Amino acid sequence: MASEQMTPSSYIEHHLGFNAKPVGDGSFWVLHMDTLVMSAILGVVIFGFLWWVVRGATAGVPGKRQAFVELLMEFIDNQVKSIFHGNRHAFIAPAALTVFVWVLFMNAMDFLPVDIMGKFYHNVLGLDHWRSVPTSDVNATFALALSVWVLMIFFSIKVKGLGGWIHELFCSPFGSNPLVWPANFLFNLIEYVSKPLSHSLRLFGNMYAGEIIFLLLGMWAATGIAGTIFGALLSAGWAIFHILIVVLQAFIFMMLTVVYIAMAHESH
Amino acid sequence: MNINLTLLAQAVSFAILIWFTVKFVWPPLLNAVETRQKQIADGLAAGERGRHELELASKRASQDLHTAKEKASAIIAQAEKRAAEIIEEAKNNAKVEGERILTGAKAEIDQEVNRAKEGLRQQVSQLAIAGAEKILRREIDAKAHSDMLAAIANEL
Repeated sequence: MASEQMTPSSYIEHHLGFNAKPVGDGSFWVLHMDTLVMSAILGVVIFGFLWWVVRGATAGVPGKRQAFVELLMEFIDNQVKSIFHGNRHAFIAPAALTVFVWVLFMNAMDFLPVDIMGKFYHNVLGLDHWRSVPTSDVNATFALALSVWVLMIFFSIKVKGLGGWIHELFCSPFGSNPLVWPANFLFNLIEYVSKPLSHSLRLFGNMYAGEIIFLLLGMWAATGIAGTIFGALLSAGWAIFHILIVVLQAFIFMMLTVVYIAMAHESH
Repeated sequence: MNINLTLLAQAVSFAILIWFTVKFVWPPLLNAVETRQKQIADGLAAGERGRHELELASKRASQDLHTAKEKASAIIAQAEKRAAEIIEEAKNNAKVEGERILTGAKAEIDQEVNRAKEGLRQQVSQLAIAGAEKILRREIDAKAHSDMLAAIANEL
């Protein structure tokens, strides 16, 4: 990278470029290998770890590893318990655990220094465009949000029946008078559209913005000795602040997932 | 930043991870936690029960101690009474026995006195006869007056 002459825009463009692999004709038939591979590796490592700990779980005195995993589980379980009233252990609590842990670690990839990782991918793995943070790809966050959206509709229909769901589409929140059916439907339509959009774009926006600020500070560091010092200091500050954002966004994403699925269980 | 097939692929891996967690991660952990919770609850209940039993037992023990003390003091009182009775009885017996012995001794003494008196009387009569004999030796024929002498001796 350093050998070529780089302009600021090409630097940012380079860092924000996906490792896109076309699998067919048209702009839709493209796979972002970096997003997929990074999230898959994280998923396998984290959930493999959880599985490894849980497989040896004892009801007696837990070891430190098990105690830590139990702490995580209790944390999630308490959040779910306060929102969802029903058999949460069957699906919603483990799903919340999945969402929280996976999103947390995908977000945490933001802590990896962009340029050093870029060099590592380029020189060691021979990958030119490779982004570390899967959640700064709108496809990843939208995939999660849409999956939750599908689950939401699935549980809504499962709990209330197809008729009940359609009835709710037209008869809430303003009442069952045929005159307000269009208003109700419009209202519900907006709600169903806005839920996955806000759900996914909130996470994506935070992570994407975080990455861009790291890139801008990196650019500043390339301007000279003063820029290097201040860029490094500010990068450190931003990284520390990012610890909060990473955890907070994962938590928010998990909570919204639980809230949406719990709302689908409730009749209006 | 365009939507493409990545979305579907990511959704698939998300579904797999959820399935994996629901199937393999959550249940054993929940099981372990709930089993432990039950064990702890049982342990606490057992502790509570033990405490309660201890309380009851100590109450019962103090009750037992109390009754035992009462019984002991009753026994002691009884024994003391009995001892007093025995002593009293012994005193009475001793008194009666003493009196009996005293009476016996008195009777014996009386007997002895009577016997001595008898002896003395005989000796006195013999002495009197002997004296009379000596005085009357010549005048009285023993043979002739023996009947009279015997009568006198008998009278003495």
